[in-house]
Amino acid sequence: MIGFAIIAAFAMIALAILLSAWRLFRGPTRSDRILALDTMVINAIALIVLFGIYESTTFYFEAALLLAMVGFVGTVAYAKFLLRGDIVE
Amino acid sequence: MMLLAEIAISLLILIGGAFALIGSWGLVRLPSLMTRLHGPTKATTLGVGGMLIASMIYFPVYEGHFSAHELLITLFLFIVAPITANMIAKAHLHRQGTGIDPNPVDDIQDGLPQPESWATFRSARPEDNAGR
Repeated sequence: MIGFAIIAAFAMIALAILLSAWRLFRGPTRSDRILALDTMVINAIALIVLFGIYESTTFYFEAALLLAMVGFVGTVAYAKFLLRGDIVE
Repeated sequence: MMLLAEIAISLLILIGGAFALIGSWGLVRLPSLMTRLHGPTKATTLGVGGMLIASMIYFPVYEGHFSAHELLITLFLFIVAPITANMIAKAHLHRQGTGIDPNPVDDIQDGLPQPESWATFRSARPEDNAGR
């Protein structure tokens, strides 16, 4: 039962990443692209956690945690760059 | 007990995937950036939370060891989601206010009106506005 749920969730998250990629390419503003990239990172974290359950190893949690931190810092840096024209003032 | 855990894990995984999909669908479907912020910040974060809770139930039941990594990721994501949304909304308002990104859906074509004292737009002290 868990196997079927994991396969279905893989399909749903892949579709979610595709939809975010559509918004990333389409735009229309740069803030939209930042938001789409942030959504893609969060979906990728969900995919990594799901893959960890699928393989039943805990090796992937460090990767998910690192991706969460790097995604947050990247989004804030992009937004700060749009806001001020500089990241570290 | 095993069957109960299996049902709970499957339901949480399916709910998490559905919420992630709904969040991205909102990102594609909604008309302007301020409405588009709702999908990823609420639904997608909740979807990832569902996945992580499922994994928190899975590993003690099937592998026999408890790990606090999932709790760490969940807490981190739930703390940073409002911060990123705030930063993106602030950058968007700033660009609309200075007329860089006009948004036809919000009927803002020529930039927002300039208030006298708002943190990111124009300082109340004239010497701060010299370089802009």
